[in-house]
Amino acid sequence: MNKEGVILIAEDDEGHFELIKRSLQRAGVCNEILRFADGQETLDFLFVRGDGAKREHDKEYLLLLDIRMPNIDGMEVLEKVKNDPELKKIPVVMLTTTDDPRTIERCHNLGCSVYIVKPVEYQDFAEAVRRVGLLLSVVEVPQIDGMPKSKGVVK
Amino acid sequence: MNKDAVILIAEDDPGHVELVKRNLWRSCVANDILQFKDGQEVLDFLFRRGRRAKCEEKGRYLLLLDIRMPRVDGQEVLRQMKEDEELRKIPVIILTTTDEASEVERYYEMGCSFYMIKPADYNKFMEAVENLGAFLSLDWVRVPQIDGAGRC
Repeated sequence: MNKEGVILIAEDDEGHFELIKRSLQRAGVCNEILRFADGQETLDFLFVRGDGAKREHDKEYLLLLDIRMPNIDGMEVLEKVKNDPELKKIPVVMLTTTDDPRTIERCHNLGCSVYIVKPVEYQDFAEAVRRVGLLLSVVEVPQIDGMPKSKGVVK
Repeated sequence: MNKDAVILIAEDDPGHVELVKRNLWRSCVANDILQFKDGQEVLDFLFRRGRRAKCEEKGRYLLLLDIRMPRVDGQEVLRQMKEDEELRKIPVIILTTTDEASEVERYYEMGCSFYMIKPADYNKFMEAVENLGAFLSLDWVRVPQIDGAGRC
């Protein structure tokens, strides 16, 4: 992932967010990191609407996505992102406490890149995220140009 | 990754296959690895055709896919997999020498999980695969079970 790429973290738990951010940095990831406290904020950013920060054109993004969040959950975010012809190119890494085979299957069906269950132990969690960081340092991430092609409405 | 998940490597260069396997092992990836020398072989495996090994009906798989291969290339493999309602669940990581931005975009559009460029430098290539291995060897990475193999 290029240095200019932005890592989006949709995570309602502030403690988890801090841990994720620190662990990525420990793996040498120095990309800009943006946090969204729920699915609604994430979608507003990606679909360029609302009053908050907005996605920029011709930039690389990668999304780390929690599932259980207030307002709109991660599954719905994933579905809307992967149903948009432009936003679908964004790699989405599921990072969640949910360890349910049907959810794992559903997320892969919708098009998540990988699915990681948050380890319960602090050290394990930090190590898992550090290795996500190692992976990110060796993969290419596409630029997302222009406006989303859909309005984020799932039929 | 789930211990029973099988890593499939579709790669026509035997040297690259060895390098990838060795460095996955070095980073403690203990999963079974199956190799295929072109796109046709891996499609035959996934769609359960031909006389060679076939994928398990309830198996878990992850595919490392080269693009330039004889007979059927990586693009066609990815296209057919992502059009199949079961096989589309298999995470596909592109591992290629092709580094054009438009290609990166196209493969993500088609549904690859990640796109990785093989560094020309041998040591950097080893390092990149080790990083990939460090991730895949995590117990917490979940790969879904395929419910019946490809139907096309």
